[in-house]
Amino acid sequence: MDARGGLRLEGLVKRFGEVEAVAGVDLELPPGKLISFLGPSGCGKTTMLRMIAGLEQPTEGRVYLDEQDITDRPPHVRDIGMVFQTLALFPHLSVGGNIAYGMRIRGVDGAKTRARVEELLELVSLGGLGERRISQLSGGQRQRVATARALALEPRLFLLDEPLSALDANLREQLQVELRLLQQKLGITTIMVTHDQREAMTMSDLVVVMESGRIEQVGPPLDVYRRPATAFVARFIGSTNLLEGRAQANGRVRVKDAEFEVEGGLSDHEGDRVVISVRPEEAHLTLDETAAENALAGTVVFVRDLGELFECYVDCGLEQNVVVAGSPRDRVAVEQGDRVWVRFPPEACVVVRA
Amino acid sequence: MLAIPVALLTVFFLIPLGMMLAASFYHRISGGFYEPAFELDSWRRLFSQVFIERAGFSIAISLLAGAVCIAVAFPFTYFLTRMKRRPHVALLILVLSALSLSEVIVGFTWSVLLGRAAGLSNILVWLGLMDEAVAYQPSFLAVLLGLSYIAFPYCVLTLYPSLTRLDREVTEAAQTLGASPWRTFWTVVVPISRPIILAGFLLVFVFTLGSYLIAAILGRPEHWTLSVFISDQASFNANVPFAAAMAIFLTALSLIVVGIVTLIESRTRSLA
Repeated sequence: MDARGGLRLEGLVKRFGEVEAVAGVDLELPPGKLISFLGPSGCGKTTMLRMIAGLEQPTEGRVYLDEQDITDRPPHVRDIGMVFQTLALFPHLSVGGNIAYGMRIRGVDGAKTRARVEELLELVSLGGLGERRISQLSGGQRQRVATARALALEPRLFLLDEPLSALDANLREQLQVELRLLQQKLGITTIMVTHDQREAMTMSDLVVVMESGRIEQVGPPLDVYRRPATAFVARFIGSTNLLEGRAQANGRVRVKDAEFEVEGGLSDHEGDRVVISVRPEEAHLTLDETAAENALAGTVVFVRDLGELFECYVDCGLEQNVVVAGSPRDRVAVEQGDRVWVRFPPEACVVVRA
Repeated sequence: MLAIPVALLTVFFLIPLGMMLAASFYHRISGGFYEPAFELDSWRRLFSQVFIERAGFSIAISLLAGAVCIAVAFPFTYFLTRMKRRPHVALLILVLSALSLSEVIVGFTWSVLLGRAAGLSNILVWLGLMDEAVAYQPSFLAVLLGLSYIAFPYCVLTLYPSLTRLDREVTEAAQTLGASPWRTFWTVVVPISRPIILAGFLLVFVFTLGSYLIAAILGRPEHWTLSVFISDQASFNANVPFAAAMAIFLTALSLIVVGIVTLIESRTRSLA
């Protein structure tokens, strides 16, 4: 696996008139990995990808590919392959014609091109469909053609802009796995833009969470899930309970009338406002009143049992109901209106920036 | 609901066409008008070398005007749709405002601009590029220019909707695959737009085939199109049967040309 395709973004800013789509991003991305830009629509993730592709010119900042400054290079000399949200296949060309397009443009000779097209068709499991017209293909097949076309020239960077958004849920999950396996097999540096946290968790080595043109957090998917840096990240990736309290002199956090010990200790000063994030599946229900530490008393508001998962909404007198989730086999027998305690284990209490 | 279009088509198209067809067989009263009859005099006269030649010339110059219009209007409209909103709209309004000019005004304006007395060549003389002013009209190129000029806005209007809807990501995809903007234009934009290019071309062809003022103002008699002769016969010579025969003949010819062009297009498309 060659280590080409390392990307560095330096002070990247993009303004569209008054709107600041990307508001100063510094980022170093390792070669050979799959990196996701994850965030809600309008967070600037697509604009970032387009600047990397050369389809937008940054207002400020530089883009380096393998330590070469490519900021001023137009897209057609950037050595990238891109899959677009609309897939953007050429309707006037056959499947094979689409895949061969880049090689034709570069003047690769006919025999070589044909061999490479066959190879790519096999790679994306479309063997024998080279003569088909694009209009004769299903959604999943079109997606595969777009992938093969983008990979045809063995680019240094493989860019995916919401590549699976046009597909239905089942096919999407299947293709997530396929795309990830393909990326691992080729060892190609890949950047994917998505708003779907499951997609990002499934496919990525590294997740870059963005909001309002800024990076909120960068890290491996599970780290980002388990140790969200900000309340936004905690809410955007998975669901969470946010508990608001005050730092105390003893290094604990007071939430209502209970004291909380938190993961990794507390660096805030006494009296500071502190927000704790606890994932629903990390919280437990108990009927035992002695569990006073890291626990809140409340009333069960609603119970939802989906068979694979149960969820219990508890009113603990906070702004929002606390959600406790778990496997139905471990379910504590509670019903609407019951008085319960919700325990939040210290290792699951992550202090986040509000 | 089919009844309404059929009725409209019958009243405003089929009946007039039928009347014209009938008139082409009527008997012309010399120095007067015409009376119903069935004779082939007008048709016989039509199939003389002069008029066959004129018909060929009309079709050739209209095809040429179609080609000129497409060659200019297609890139123009494409880059127009890629422009920022403000200049985009301003240019579009400018082009479409040319639609408000009548053929007479366009014809005479060009005849002044291409003339010797106050024409463009005076500017070249003033710049020292030429010794003395010359007249560029009447000439074949002046007629071609005039025809292309009046058809240009219509051609832009035909191309505009489909080029506006052309998915920007498709051209971007070509660029990420190594195509310069110029090659993207030729290898993606033009092939995708083939049907609309053909539509614009045929529109200009049919439109200019019916124009007679431009050729009459900017051309010598040898540049006159069949339409000039039709209007001559109908208005000045009061020979309606002969004018009708020529008009029917021209209509049939243009239908044949449209048919041939469409056929060629669909053949080459299925090969591609």
